[in-house]
Amino acid sequence: MSKLVGSIAEAVQFAGVKDGMTISFHHHLRSGDFVLNMVMDEIAKMGIKDLTINASSIHPGHAPLAKHVKSGVVTCVETNYMSIEVGQAVSEGYMKKPMIFRTHGGRPSSLAEGKSHIDVAFIAAPTSDPMGNFTGKIGKSACGSLGYAFEDAYYADKVVVITDNLVPYPLTDFSVPENYVDYVVEVDAIGDPQGIVASTTKMTKDPVSLRIAELAAKAIDASGLLKDGFSFQTGAGGASLACAAYVRDIMKERGIKGSYALGGITGYIVDMYREGLFEAIQDVQCFDLKAVESLRDDPGHFEISSTQYASPTAKSSAASSLDAVVLGATQIDTEFNVNVHTDSRGYIIGGSGGHTDVAEEAKLTVIVAPVSRARMPVVVDKVLTVSTPGKDVDVLVTQYGIAVNPARQDLIERFTQAKLPVKTMQELKEIADKLNGVPAEIKVNKNKIVAEVLDRLDQPLDVIYAVE
Amino acid sequence: MIIQHPAVCGTLESSDVMITVSPGDGEICIDLDSTVDMYYHDQIIKVMKELLALEGISSAKIKAVDHGALDCTIKARLKTALVRSSKEV
Repeated sequence: MSKLVGSIAEAVQFAGVKDGMTISFHHHLRSGDFVLNMVMDEIAKMGIKDLTINASSIHPGHAPLAKHVKSGVVTCVETNYMSIEVGQAVSEGYMKKPMIFRTHGGRPSSLAEGKSHIDVAFIAAPTSDPMGNFTGKIGKSACGSLGYAFEDAYYADKVVVITDNLVPYPLTDFSVPENYVDYVVEVDAIGDPQGIVASTTKMTKDPVSLRIAELAAKAIDASGLLKDGFSFQTGAGGASLACAAYVRDIMKERGIKGSYALGGITGYIVDMYREGLFEAIQDVQCFDLKAVESLRDDPGHFEISSTQYASPTAKSSAASSLDAVVLGATQIDTEFNVNVHTDSRGYIIGGSGGHTDVAEEAKLTVIVAPVSRARMPVVVDKVLTVSTPGKDVDVLVTQYGIAVNPARQDLIERFTQAKLPVKTMQELKEIADKLNGVPAEIKVNKNKIVAEVLDRLDQPLDVIYAVE
Repeated sequence: MIIQHPAVCGTLESSDVMITVSPGDGEICIDLDSTVDMYYHDQIIKVMKELLALEGISSAKIKAVDHGALDCTIKARLKTALVRSSKEV
């Protein structure tokens, strides 16, 4: 038998994409991804409409999707993250149905439980053989881990693999095996290497971020979790990554041998692994070239699926063994609820990704954020959108001090003993207001719901309204 | 202080404001474009009007492109733009 088809158009036809169906994509090629745009252009040309797109994330490179939303080719999007390029069209009410936000752990759980369904999955694969054994570790468009693509292959009715590096059968070091794959298409390029992974992830030099990062590391230390066997997740941005640098210093100084690092992986985490600070790296997504190379070369650095990463209905997940996680916030309120979905005008600018998952699972959830960003309030009375409920957030670290969730009296005691600058959320808010002036109240127009935010178990958590 | 010709002060960087001052038509006319307009529109206008009154200016066209500058920054940028606009060329 042959699974090879001549073009994306043929694959769309053979896989039986029809009006009203749900098709899926993964986001491992990030902003450099060509596949979502190529497939959607073909589908639009073929006159298919009323589709739901279920994608693990929507990035700036997917801006052309906005035009398919406006034309009615796409009438719903289900995703875990959406940047402003498409988010603006959704926020302005152009999509026919309200979109659905899940989390990185909630998406695979929902698919496994049959609460959501994919008719046809289109999977960008940096390397595949003609029968569909595929991997992201090698090829000119190598992106490393394909953690979010596993479930698309497992649960979709039809699976189309799209590759720009077709190798002879069999590809031995595959991520997903051939038994899940229906069709394989070879194209010139599945993405732009520049947009897929950064060559290096740069450490911030912003003094406010560094101050926050240092305090956050001290808080993790004071929590008592930073000892042999320590497991850790941190993001790639600003203060989150800088916090890893301070944690690294503490671990080296005291000879602490950690267990594993989790999440989206940067070269910085790879360095910590190679210095012996962690025994293993559990990698659901690579953020830079060094992480991709390390996934290929380092024996303790391995790929995990999004189910294994953070599914709430899996028998266990890497997140469920996590000690400490450092996360960001667009807004955080006095109840410790965090918003990472909308900006202060109410426009969709992001999404939870794994935020909600690891916040619930980790023993210590640290949010790092300044009290305000360029006069934009971060610490607020009530977040515009609840992305992660306050019950799952333990600590907010700002440049002016640390607020601890009142439910964590144990941490308040430990931090006070360690002479850390513990403040109440109200105090942090007052500091911001003194600096910036008291912000005017924002009126939200509740005329039209454009997005439903679901929690990890597919239950409604919040809604996002159209921006007038 | 009399505004004699257009002058600019400030940048388009985050936390800064770029203010352009030019001769007016007998009144104060402020055109504000701010990233924090929904939170601080009235406050920014108030700060600028107070400074203009203090400098005895009753006729000016002011264009402010704000990326979240604090009141102290807004005052400093406006004052410098005013001084520049009133200098002999």
